[in-house]
Amino acid sequence: MEIKPILTALRRHKAGTVLIAMQIALTLAIVCNALFIIQQRVSHLSEPTGIDENDIYVVNNEWAGKASTAQLDASTRADLAALRQLPGVQDATPSNSYPLRGGGWDDGIRLRPDQTADVTGSTIYFGDDHFVDTLGLRLVAGRNFRADEIGSMEVRERLGAPQVLVTRALADKLFPGESALGKSIYIAGNQTTIVGVVELLQAQSVARWASKFAYRAVILPKRLISAGGGFYIVRAKPGQLEAAMRATPEALNRINPRRVLDEHDGVLSFAEVRARAYEGDRGMAVLMGVISLVLLAITAAGIVGLTSFWVGQRRRQIGVRRALGATRQDILQYFMTENLLISCGGVGLGVVLAIAMNLWLVTRFEMHRLSMDYVLSGVLLLLLLGQGAVLAPAIRASKVSPVEATRSV
Amino acid sequence: MSGMFVHNLRLGARSLRKNPVLTALMVMAIGFGVAASMITYAVFRAVSGDPIPQKSSQLFVPLIDNRGPQYNLEGEPPNALTYTDAVALMKAHRAKRQTVLYQVGLSVMPQQANRLPFKAVGYATLADFFPMFDVPFQYGGAWNPADDEARSAVVVIGRKLNQKLFGGANSVGREIVLDDQPYRIVGVTDDWDPKPRFFDMFSGNAYADPSEVYIPFHYAVEHGIDTYGNNNCGSDGKRGIGREGWLRGECVWISPWVELDSAADVAAYRQYLTSYAQDMRSAGRFDWAPNVRLRDVNDWLDYCHAVPPESRISLVIAMGFFAICLVNTIGLLLAKFMRRSSEIGVRRALGASRADIYRQFLAEASMVGVAGGVLGVLLTGIGMFGVGLVFQPQIARLAHLDLSLVALSLLVAVFATVVAAFYPTWRAAQVQPAWQLKSN
Repeated sequence: MEIKPILTALRRHKAGTVLIAMQIALTLAIVCNALFIIQQRVSHLSEPTGIDENDIYVVNNEWAGKASTAQLDASTRADLAALRQLPGVQDATPSNSYPLRGGGWDDGIRLRPDQTADVTGSTIYFGDDHFVDTLGLRLVAGRNFRADEIGSMEVRERLGAPQVLVTRALADKLFPGESALGKSIYIAGNQTTIVGVVELLQAQSVARWASKFAYRAVILPKRLISAGGGFYIVRAKPGQLEAAMRATPEALNRINPRRVLDEHDGVLSFAEVRARAYEGDRGMAVLMGVISLVLLAITAAGIVGLTSFWVGQRRRQIGVRRALGATRQDILQYFMTENLLISCGGVGLGVVLAIAMNLWLVTRFEMHRLSMDYVLSGVLLLLLLGQGAVLAPAIRASKVSPVEATRSV
Repeated sequence: MSGMFVHNLRLGARSLRKNPVLTALMVMAIGFGVAASMITYAVFRAVSGDPIPQKSSQLFVPLIDNRGPQYNLEGEPPNALTYTDAVALMKAHRAKRQTVLYQVGLSVMPQQANRLPFKAVGYATLADFFPMFDVPFQYGGAWNPADDEARSAVVVIGRKLNQKLFGGANSVGREIVLDDQPYRIVGVTDDWDPKPRFFDMFSGNAYADPSEVYIPFHYAVEHGIDTYGNNNCGSDGKRGIGREGWLRGECVWISPWVELDSAADVAAYRQYLTSYAQDMRSAGRFDWAPNVRLRDVNDWLDYCHAVPPESRISLVIAMGFFAICLVNTIGLLLAKFMRRSSEIGVRRALGASRADIYRQFLAEASMVGVAGGVLGVLLTGIGMFGVGLVFQPQIARLAHLDLSLVALSLLVAVFATVVAAFYPTWRAAQVQPAWQLKSN
């Protein structure tokens, strides 16, 4: 296919050519970045919490009225005993937070008391000897807490315990290449010893502030007592999640009504916790997806519209070419190649725009750098879209009869 | 003139009807573009607005770096004060009005045995809070500064809580029991819920549910009412043990506000903060040079990133989307107008001026714009239901379709389409009458 005559023809349709190229360029820039945002958000969605989500629900128990720490601890133990006796419940643990909750306690970990900077931040979870089994964590080294190691801690007391469990991610960070078992660490300046390592447990939030310690967590063998209350994480027997959740408020209020279990947020299945945690991410992905689809459709429609106009304008020339011996194939190829040339110009500019837009997003919103895979797939997508869009008008052009040469426009 | 205008509209309508597919395409492009921009703009508008426009340049957050260069976050002081600094700033009383606050979650105890308690979330603060933030009252008013000093058990409740407890009647002077402690109601606020909640950015409550209860700060601290919001202790190991230790330690959990009327007052207050930090250094509490901040409401919201990045990114993407829709419209209008070169030639030959051609084609374009705008408003209306799918509920709830948004959608659609039509119209007006006649 000769390219030169096409270029000459395009020079006579500068405006239309530039408009299509610009539209393709802008579309490429936006679609690349939108797809990239979708990927970033969706990859977030699939990060594991490390817990057995299917059977777990969470009780947000807020104490009402004045009570001493000792009274609140006794009430907490009574609640746990009642929960564990519910027919649908397999196990339960007290805790201060849980993965995907959105907030909780994080603190600095050091290896020596004289260190002036933290080695890493870490999620601080509190739980009793049922914590590991309730959440379905897998111990990869050492042992679980023993019942006699569990104590209680008022929220403003010294943060400490003789022994702790850590996640493998935290153990690897603190003691790369060696076993963390039996090792001494300092949490907020207080010495403790690692007695067990769990395979995986996510931080309390997936927000950016928590990403620095995403899977690094310490579990302290304590019931954290706060006048405000805390959480019970409950594992239902298989298939009995709903029944156990329904029975929970009444069972708790029966032994002690001096509490608030919010009617909306008081008892939450973990599926609900997950849905809430990722609302924003899912929403962004949906929005970007819809915008990309509509954008591609509009760009395709624009190409169809302008090419149809060109075909209409050139019916006579096409007729002449056909009369002079050009085959239908030649005409079809002419328009396809013309579109390909315009699209190439468009995607060339589009790649620059896409990268510029991404750089702007990076500086403005701390997004990641656009991977070249996205740019290349975007380029391919738009070239295919252009060829697909031009097909119908090009076929119509190829059907122009040579007789048209003799007709006036 | 108006007769001409109607004539132009009629011509436009006829021409648009002639190519229904092309017309529909343009209308849809404009409609989708406008709707996407307007929906994201509605959300952006809701989260980026000035929550207290009449006073935002007079209200300031004073912050003091109590961590020092080794433990502060990139040179910035923490976003709240320690109890020590909060009390010292209030005692110095260097501003016209001033307050400190922290979030409290109190249980409203039932008066009947068979009822369960429920939570009322609000703030422990000082008397100045109410006049500083222009809190509207339905009944009664704020407590007096004397109540702050006397540690009186008084409370201001919100309209909703008053509705729930007293059926909306004037409850001033009555008593409610919060966590076993009776309080005397001194005021009932009207609906008041500035968004974002600029005065409590520290606890991440920018878009939280409205607060329902306010109690005196000193009373709350002395009665051991703990914060329901954030508590940030840093890594300097000076957090203190036990409640008393914590109060005297270096954890920050209190949001301070001062009201300053003139630039001179602001400068004087900044000077005061610096000298306070200097005093702390002399006393041996800090071993670094004074590092203080004094930001007004809008600077503070900016610094705290009150506008969620989602909202900004989606607005930018939607605007880009609209730009593409417009480029698309330019192309289609060009095709449409140039197709009628011969018609233009005939009109020009029959005496129509270039201005006539401009008027005719711009009228046609504005009809596309109006149709696109109407479609855009409809799609925006539908899209508003979908906002909840995209943004978090507490933010989605803020966005709504009101008259100003409808007007803006229509205006943007027509304006953008007419601007987009300029180039195609200019091209159409360039058509030479003679050339077209010859070719026929």
